[in-house]
Amino acid sequence: MVTTKEFLISLCNSTGVAGFEFQQTAGLVSDAFREFCDEVWTDTLGNVIGHKKGKGKFSVLFSAHMDEIGLMVSGYEKGGFLRFTPIGGYDQRSLVAQEVYVHGKEDVYGIIGVKPPHITTAEEAKKAHKIEDMAVDTGLDDEKLKELVRIGDVITLKREVVELRNESIAGKALDDRAGIAALYQCMKDLHKTDCDIDVYYVASTQEEIGAKGALTAVYELKPDIAIALDVCHGLTPDVAEPKGKKMGGGPVISRGINIHPRVFESLVKTAKDHYIPFQKEVLPGPSGTDAMTMQIAGAGTASGVISFPLKYMHTSVEVMKMKDIMLTSKLISNYVLDLCGKDLEEMLCL
Amino acid sequence: MLIKRLTDANGLPGFECEVREIIKEEIKPYVDEMYTDRMGNLIAVKNKNKAGRHIALSAHMDEVGLCVSHIDKDGYIRFHSWGVDARILPAKIVRIGKDRVVGVTGTKAIHLQDPEERTKALPVDKLYIDIGAESKEEAEKLVEPGDFVAFDSEYVEFGNKVKAKALDDRAGCLAIIEMLKSDYPHKLTACFVVQEEVGLRGSIISAYQIDADLVLNLEGTIAADTMSIKEHQTVNIQGDGPSISMIDRTSIYLKKYIDALTEVADKNGIPYQFRRSQMGGTDAANYHVAHGGTPVVGLAVPCRYIHSPVSIVDKRDLENFLKLTQKFVFAYGNGEIL
Repeated sequence: MVTTKEFLISLCNSTGVAGFEFQQTAGLVSDAFREFCDEVWTDTLGNVIGHKKGKGKFSVLFSAHMDEIGLMVSGYEKGGFLRFTPIGGYDQRSLVAQEVYVHGKEDVYGIIGVKPPHITTAEEAKKAHKIEDMAVDTGLDDEKLKELVRIGDVITLKREVVELRNESIAGKALDDRAGIAALYQCMKDLHKTDCDIDVYYVASTQEEIGAKGALTAVYELKPDIAIALDVCHGLTPDVAEPKGKKMGGGPVISRGINIHPRVFESLVKTAKDHYIPFQKEVLPGPSGTDAMTMQIAGAGTASGVISFPLKYMHTSVEVMKMKDIMLTSKLISNYVLDLCGKDLEEMLCL
Repeated sequence: MLIKRLTDANGLPGFECEVREIIKEEIKPYVDEMYTDRMGNLIAVKNKNKAGRHIALSAHMDEVGLCVSHIDKDGYIRFHSWGVDARILPAKIVRIGKDRVVGVTGTKAIHLQDPEERTKALPVDKLYIDIGAESKEEAEKLVEPGDFVAFDSEYVEFGNKVKAKALDDRAGCLAIIEMLKSDYPHKLTACFVVQEEVGLRGSIISAYQIDADLVLNLEGTIAADTMSIKEHQTVNIQGDGPSISMIDRTSIYLKKYIDALTEVADKNGIPYQFRRSQMGGTDAANYHVAHGGTPVVGLAVPCRYIHSPVSIVDKRDLENFLKLTQKFVFAYGNGEIL
């Protein structure tokens, strides 16, 4: 057993772009889930699902997506260069002068280069580098490169987690592997408890391109309640309230069109009853989380969203605090315990 | 490996100490004397008492990077840039000061930007470093205005290339160190200078502390031979050999010395190329006008993505750069040329 922080660091350092979660991340997740779940399996779309068995009457599902944004090889250019296209929403300005791995026949190291300042005009310097003008410099001969890399291979930024002050960690893919860390901590806390509610922990796939994994998982599992754990924006010098939430302020319980009112209310009640610090957020439109598709999967599910503040989202230096992950886990584990013995049919009645 | 040690060390302008200490340790057994001057230039002499021709070699120890300018009320760190295009700064890991306090360069998430914003470069004053501090007071315990900020970028070998920060000009430092280690029979002075990246400052005073017949200035220079650049704008092409300077913004190099350099290269079958740009400047600016004029030869290794944390040199160029430096210095010392 590793600590939740160690587990999170290994997840962030692993490769698992949307649609390619199997490359590394899914394996790490299923090994970890196996320690604390009664049953673990991988479904057709690659979701890793852990089941804590209850009495089979009512069930609650927590999802956190394991996919990360990335790049895909779209062409070759003379001199050992590769063209690419994004998978998910990268800020093109954060890609310049980064080291990458191209996941071909073997991992090929490369650099996303940039025109030198000496031959850049003042006018050019005001504009962002465009992703369509960028390329990965692999330093390989063209022939060798074609042998190792095929069109459609995925590319990830080379980034190992670094630890900052106050138990903060910085790296890629904290969105949303931090959510998986919260699931892991929750299953650690709950695996020895006796509860009549069935709990499904879902490390979902393809959230970054439209929450596809969560859609199929919920369709198959038909939980009474499905809650997405995902990131929201943290406060920074350029992000203020209400868009930004306080780092270390605890989980953010969301309210909005993707969220069942009773789920919101019951989560707030659990937080208050157990003295768990929390924040609130309004999501009047699509939540941009697994809840978007879980709500409308099959015949519909009572969905909820719990998020935790993350700075510099969708860059390779996302920052988050372990404290928020641990508090989020505390909220969901207590939520499960609070649901024990309850008639969810009645509780969710609108 | 020496080039890894040299590039992994941090040496921002005015803070070249880490680099200087590595060099001192490396060259000590091979020189007769060395000293550090008031600004931090390291000057070493080999074969002090040998008569005959006296050649000096110069390379700069400093690298591009950032400097802490302010700590704001929430503990975020603002900075100045020394020689860096601000567009390479977002989403990098950096190390602040001697204790290498780790931080990241943050930017507003793409989700919160309007489409117009995404097409504009972020200027330095919109960027900041996050070390995870929760207050100004906490950050101030670790970081002070004036501290230098270096990129966190380790030496990597891949394909035929090497990637590191500061190859401009640790490649030059390497060439001089290797030269000092070889059994050179004539008087040779080595200048490892400071503050090149902020206006060729260190060499203003190193130039007057040496008295050589010829100065060989060794540099890292531009190679823009990448995909979207037109051939006539490439300046240098990696793999074509070390680059010989003819003219830049600060000097015109003497023709007969350029010819002597190519003569040595041709004779030894070492590939070379001419630097096809007038942009940039080097310490040659100060040497060629010192003491009523000193001949200067400029030789450089071509670097892609120069002035970024991920600069690249071609291993073959680096090898030929070292080889040509040695052959030229020997040929000059022995009176075979010029």
